[in-house]
Amino acid sequence: MDALALEATGGKKAANGAAAAAPVPAPVPVKRKPAKKAKKAVVFFEVEILDAKTKDKLCFLDKVEPNATIGEIKSMFHKSHPQWYPARQSIRLDPKGKSLKDEDVLQHLPVGTTATLYFRDLGAQISWVTVFLTEYTGPLVIYLMFYFRVPFIYAPKYDFTTSKHWVVHLACMCLSFHYVKRLLETLFVHRFSHGTMPLRNIFKNCTYYWGFAAWMAYYINHPLYTPPVYGEQQIRMALILFLFCQIGNFSIHIALRNLRPPGSKTRKIPYPTKNPFTWVFLLVSCPNYTYELGSWLGFTLMTQCLPVAFFTLVGFIQMTVWAKGKHRSYLKEFRDYPPLRSPILPFIL
Amino acid sequence: VSASSTSSSKTGSRAKLNIYCKIDRKCARWLVIAVGLVRAYIARGSYHGLYYSIEKPLKFFQTGALLEILHCAVGIVPSSVVLTGFQVMSRVFLTWAVTHSVREVQSEDSVLLFVTAWTVTEIIRYSFYTFSLLNHLPFLIKWARYTFFFVLYPMGVTGELLTIYASLPFIQKTGLYSVTLPNKYNFSFDYYTFLILVMLSYIPIFPQLYFHMIRQRKKVLGHIEDYSKVE
Repeated sequence: MDALALEATGGKKAANGAAAAAPVPAPVPVKRKPAKKAKKAVVFFEVEILDAKTKDKLCFLDKVEPNATIGEIKSMFHKSHPQWYPARQSIRLDPKGKSLKDEDVLQHLPVGTTATLYFRDLGAQISWVTVFLTEYTGPLVIYLMFYFRVPFIYAPKYDFTTSKHWVVHLACMCLSFHYVKRLLETLFVHRFSHGTMPLRNIFKNCTYYWGFAAWMAYYINHPLYTPPVYGEQQIRMALILFLFCQIGNFSIHIALRNLRPPGSKTRKIPYPTKNPFTWVFLLVSCPNYTYELGSWLGFTLMTQCLPVAFFTLVGFIQMTVWAKGKHRSYLKEFRDYPPLRSPILPFIL
Repeated sequence: VSASSTSSSKTGSRAKLNIYCKIDRKCARWLVIAVGLVRAYIARGSYHGLYYSIEKPLKFFQTGALLEILHCAVGIVPSSVVLTGFQVMSRVFLTWAVTHSVREVQSEDSVLLFVTAWTVTEIIRYSFYTFSLLNHLPFLIKWARYTFFFVLYPMGVTGELLTIYASLPFIQKTGLYSVTLPNKYNFSFDYYTFLILVMLSYIPIFPQLYFHMIRQRKKVLGHIEDYSKVE
């Protein structure tokens, strides 16, 4: 709408209003009380979306509200290209730049009123929750199959027999507890920043979890399994370590959940709470990984099984990579981040 | 690319000189193996048992090639870390874990087959790297590197697979490198099954490497053909 025309009509109305209310010496505020609905001048944006690689014009959106978010633009783009649902769209200002966030508002971006955005297809996506549930249910089922000595795993004479070592039963309980805990946390505790991840991740992750679960379960539940060298003492220490770290890990998950109000994606520095298990936040950025390492060390000690040691080692390497990344992004985002903290192991790593 | 006076490129060119010397030596060593092979063949009149004449240098140089993975990682040698790493690992594996470990296969013809393939490939490859670093690459070397592989790759792979296959009965009989239950680490490993899996892995991996080289060939030699068309 023409700004000048708006001024003109508004001016007339103001003059009329002032004349009618002349005897009242009230200070007239700058805000005009319109007799008829006058719209505030809205400058609509135009958005063109180009393919980041080929620079082809994929979509042109006109009359976009200036306070539209990237998320809303993604929905609009999805309408014209139904095969690219919002979760698999990466929208950026520069073809080689970082992805814009769904919450970013169009008028706050460094663009003119005709914005050029670049699109990259992230590929088929799958929700984090689905991936977690699948990758954690597998080991539970697989381990139990080995524990109950389902046919075709061991020699036929052992089918459906049970181990004579009580540590094997204990190990089964611990492992089942561990994965049930993870499933429940996925459903009720975790608050995910991202809704989805690439589809191929589910195959990669499930191969890892299910593969290792089968490898470990095979040896622990084997008829020729050898119990730990130091017997009951070793098993007891291992169990205490395992349980301690399970509680610790859970405490950290709860503490992290409480940092973030439901449905939000805010990021805050985690601090120790009243729960003593969270006091490790004083020394470590990602104590959930620290406790996870401890749990698996406990399980390794309990079963005295080399494949479990390998799994612990591989998991530790991966978690260290994640912890270092998380620590780095904390340092980048928060100027006042506590300097005493290490990523995963106090003072060491 | 002439060396500028900035300090970073000085260290870059110093490192390059270092690598150049190393590659030059490697090239020479593979020539040593090649010469050794030829001499032994002439001396014996047959190619049986030629493995023994080049056994020590082969082991030494192939293991030294592990350094190469580092060079790729640092970026001085223009090859992918993953592919080079893979190739070096598979060669080291074949040299030590199969040929050295199972005496009975050392007199097999298949050993000679892959040793020859490796030797020729490496001489060409190291010459290629040397000349590239000197920025004076004769077209012949470039052409050879991206053409000879058509024959050398399958030749090497055949030799490797036949050697592994030949070693299987001995490994099964002696239980080499295998661990059985029960033991206090609750772990087992069957080298025989492992080798069968290694052989099977050639099926998906070899075509990938082969087609990668073909694609590289098109990229590197492709525009040479275009030049000749223009003229």
